[in-house]
Amino acid sequence: MGTDSVRAKKLSPRPEQQPRHEQDEGPVAVHRQPLETQRAFAKPSLLSNLADRIFKTSTFVCAASVLLILGLVIFELVENSQPTLGKFGLSFFTGTAWDPVSGDFGALPFVYGTLVSSFLALILAVPLAVGVAVFITEMCPRVLRGPLSFMVELLAAIPSVIYGLWAIFVLSPLLRSYVQPWLAEHFAWTGLFDGMQLGFGMLAAGIILAIMIIPIISSITREVLIAVPRNQREAALALGATRFEMIRIAVLRNARAGILGAIILGLGRALGETMAVTMVIGNRAEIAKSLFAPGYTMASVIANEFSEATDELFLSALVEIGLALLLLTLVVNALARLLVWSITRGVPVSSHAQ
Amino acid sequence: MHNRFRYVTDKLATAGAAIAAVLVIVPLAAIFVYLVMKGFGALNWAFLTQIPKPVGESGGGMGNAIAGSAMILGIASAIGVPLGIGGGVYLAEYGRGRFAHICRFTADVLNGVPSIVIGIAIYSLVVVTQGHFSALSGGIALGIMMVPTITRATEEILLMVPRSVREAALGLGIPQWRTTISVTLRTATSGVITGVMLAFARVAGETAPLLFTAFGNQFWNTNINQPTAALPLQIYTYAISPFEEWHQQAWAGALVLVALIVFSVAVVRLVAARGMLKGAH
Repeated sequence: MGTDSVRAKKLSPRPEQQPRHEQDEGPVAVHRQPLETQRAFAKPSLLSNLADRIFKTSTFVCAASVLLILGLVIFELVENSQPTLGKFGLSFFTGTAWDPVSGDFGALPFVYGTLVSSFLALILAVPLAVGVAVFITEMCPRVLRGPLSFMVELLAAIPSVIYGLWAIFVLSPLLRSYVQPWLAEHFAWTGLFDGMQLGFGMLAAGIILAIMIIPIISSITREVLIAVPRNQREAALALGATRFEMIRIAVLRNARAGILGAIILGLGRALGETMAVTMVIGNRAEIAKSLFAPGYTMASVIANEFSEATDELFLSALVEIGLALLLLTLVVNALARLLVWSITRGVPVSSHAQ
Repeated sequence: MHNRFRYVTDKLATAGAAIAAVLVIVPLAAIFVYLVMKGFGALNWAFLTQIPKPVGESGGGMGNAIAGSAMILGIASAIGVPLGIGGGVYLAEYGRGRFAHICRFTADVLNGVPSIVIGIAIYSLVVVTQGHFSALSGGIALGIMMVPTITRATEEILLMVPRSVREAALGLGIPQWRTTISVTLRTATSGVITGVMLAFARVAGETAPLLFTAFGNQFWNTNINQPTAALPLQIYTYAISPFEEWHQQAWAGALVLVALIVFSVAVVRLVAARGMLKGAH
């Protein structure tokens, strides 16, 4: 690095960039100086110059395709939801009617279903996911660490439709015969556990969603926890903290923003999850207080009705729901990304440096 | 007294975390047990090679769905893998400015876009243009879902290739494009394959975007312009049907699908365990 930066100092056309050359920033840094200065001894031929330019342009096109895809998706959704956007405006999201025959559309029950099932999933998943992450990184015997994290990873690899299959034939009968009667007996006064105990409905959807987002939240949380510097832990232990106090003071406190990012990423996944929810939520466009009642989510109404939607207005209503879902997940994901990015760039790095 | 309280909370917290771990593993174990128990019963040679029988007749299988999935995933890989690797190369080798930063951010955000929304977009882009459902549209939908995953994975692994390797090649007077392809990418081959397999495993089980692109088909189909059966679609249709025999078949199909995915994840773990970079320590 030493001789390198000396040479760079001599050759660099813009000396004000110098400080960035001095720290080794890994392999990217090689391109910080123009190629010509690196290979001044062997002037590249015109042909290889051209090849270089073609190669760079084609990889540029590949990278730009990501932007193009997102742009096209947004454009198509906006374009195809024009009929309902024009006809209903914002009242589309406050209306509760869903009547394809008479052409009256309101999306409130679906928005409600999506939000309630997702937050229910978060309430169930967050303590478990953080608990697992803490257990794997801080507590469990070294032998168990690998297998345990592999199993949690495996949970993330199972397709949504298989969770749905399992939920229909295993989870929902279980809920119907054991969990729901118990909840109704002890917590009926809350009004959340009223009515028919079908096994299908909001509660089943929330539970299956929770199972599906636990691996996401816990794997990112685990990464964040590992990033907490070791000396923080040692310092807390040296002051006489018990292991739990060390985890609370040194680990969780340092990692809280990253954990929040992980939770929001889990929320993003839950909002857009389609198949498993469609298979157990009951698919009725109603707003009910009870978690036993069937509901409907934005994603599942699209899944169920899109290929049957024949007239333009019906199709447009479904596309507009898709657009709303897209915007919701874009905002949630962007927020989570920025949070996680700010952490990986800020806190852990500066505390490593100490 | 105070110390006793601290001692007890410590033990309680440890127990709580251990219970959380058990609670997370239980559904996983339950899913696998049920898959194997119910799936193996209906799994036989006919299931893998025959097309579905009409309701009421026993037998039949998901041969056409397995073939259809293979075709759709083939199309998806043909689109997603080159675009993803190319994008990753750009971000790792040339990606410094604002544009690259925006690309990274967009890729991460695109990764979180619900698959059903991608399905709608491809429906209006491809299916409406073509005038009918097709394997091609399903492949395109899954293909563009692979792009962001592969892009980010490729970038990450290329950044791990030591800069001295590149410098050595450039120092020999090899042009940069050749350096990138024959030296940098070659060094990172297993890492890149890992990224590709992870993206593949993720889209292999996708159902939602296929509902109104590939659509499903009761018969054999080898034409990419025709509606095509796919394994996840078939599982979904059978699972929500009221027929006991179809439920059996859904379990068997699920077992096949999970076996495929677990196999690719296991390959990834194996490759990753042997090191992502060639000859790097």
